[in-house]
Amino acid sequence: MNRKPPIIKITNLDFSYHEHPVLEAVNLEIQEGELGSIVGPNGGGKTTLLKLILGLLQPDRGRIEIFGESPEKGRRKIGYMPQHAHLDPLFPVSVLNVVLMGQLGKQSGGLFGGYPHQALETARAALNEVGLSDCEKDSFHQLSGGQRQRVLIARALCTEPQLLLLDEPTANIDPRSEENLYETLVRLNRRMTILLVSHDLGFVSQVVKSVICVNRQVIIHPTSNINGTLIKEIYGGDFNLVRHDHRCDKDGHHPNKPAV
Amino acid sequence: MDFFHALADPDNTFLRLALAVGLLSSIAFGIIGTYVVTRRISYLAGAVSHCVLGGIGGALWLKAIFNVEWLDPVYGALLAALVAAFIVGRFGHNPGQREETMIGATWAIGMALGIIFIDLTPGYFDITSYLFGDILLVSSRDLKLIIALDLIIIFFVASCYHQLLAVCFDEEFARLRGLNVELFYQLLLALTAVTVVLLIRVVGIVMVVAMLTLPAAAASLYARRLSGMMLLAIFLSAISIVSGLGLSYNANLSSGPVIILFAGALYFLMAGWKKLYK
Repeated sequence: MNRKPPIIKITNLDFSYHEHPVLEAVNLEIQEGELGSIVGPNGGGKTTLLKLILGLLQPDRGRIEIFGESPEKGRRKIGYMPQHAHLDPLFPVSVLNVVLMGQLGKQSGGLFGGYPHQALETARAALNEVGLSDCEKDSFHQLSGGQRQRVLIARALCTEPQLLLLDEPTANIDPRSEENLYETLVRLNRRMTILLVSHDLGFVSQVVKSVICVNRQVIIHPTSNINGTLIKEIYGGDFNLVRHDHRCDKDGHHPNKPAV
Repeated sequence: MDFFHALADPDNTFLRLALAVGLLSSIAFGIIGTYVVTRRISYLAGAVSHCVLGGIGGALWLKAIFNVEWLDPVYGALLAALVAAFIVGRFGHNPGQREETMIGATWAIGMALGIIFIDLTPGYFDITSYLFGDILLVSSRDLKLIIALDLIIIFFVASCYHQLLAVCFDEEFARLRGLNVELFYQLLLALTAVTVVLLIRVVGIVMVVAMLTLPAAAASLYARRLSGMMLLAIFLSAISIVSGLGLSYNANLSSGPVIILFAGALYFLMAGWKKLYK
């Protein structure tokens, strides 16, 4: 098959915090159009992997290429949604102004001035995409947790990305919003590649095309080769590292190759 | 009201000057205070303000020992504040490096150096007005400097409002969008340092951080936008300064502490009001 070059290519990557290894011997390729879910136990390295892809952390060893460039350059094409817990919940700012931050760095001036008219349109379209058009004048701190999460997704969309990285978009939102979120993501996936960190196992089997398991090592499973029962068996109870390793031996799980 | 009669008295130029300095310094307190509160750098501002004493002491010492006539303490203060702002901005910002210990050390060392320099300087020198401020001692040169500071602050904020907003709201995201986060942060700290130096005249080294944080923190309880928070903080700090100046003049009290008590009372009243009625 004649494939396009991957938009994320990680080769032989090691990363450790204060000599405590977090990720080891990671090889990962993500193709354009992917809708992947990053799963794994807490402390297994999911957020670390996102931050390495974004160039916010530097690997000890190995290479990361984003759109064929270094993460520092390639990340301009990435729309990133962090967990909103690290933001000041009382910060006085309007919803529209939060979303507009996605347009920063796009103006030619860079340092000075406000947003051009075009930026406002992009921001409003992004708010519309997440169903919050009516809230643009509200204060960010008045919103519920789920609405804040959606505003941050809109901000990521407002960067006009080719790759969307979402860190726990399903954290603290109600089931109905979650349903809406899935529909939104499937719709967005027609235009862009999406990777998300998720604890939601139902979501994993429903809409994503592949599951990226992160626990020191990183292994990608196309969901077409894994049925729902198997996913529940593997991730439903305690994260079973032994069984996981057993399933994912070297021959069986090259990136993008079907599971054995 | 003695204070208002005294203001109208043609002989009391110093009082009108004090009032003008107080009102104009509210602009700097309100705007820079808003960033100090939302960016959570009041501890850094405290370290910067206390290091100012080191600069004042150093300048007095050099002036006395080496007969450097032009060396006004305010130059020493400015240099010390900018150096301290650079140090705490550059090294006090690494998560996991016990940043508050380093900031606290800068705070204490700066202040200790100031006292030692003043000890070494021949002659008697009263540092009370630097420590606690005396707005009645301001000169027309102070007034001009504060006008210049206000203009610089207004220009900076008007031209970089959205960038500063992004840096204060979510630094990581701002960095990902290609903003020079470190540059904005250092500029903000440098402006905070200059503000601290010029406004020490009003409330003194020990209390200047309170004037940077109390009106802005009170404003943040009710503001829906960063710009609204700035305007409300300017208004609250103007009320505190004018009331404090008036009461201290009438009751013959030190102006700095009375101003701070007004600002503190406003903060707690507004916080209590919000807790009860919102």
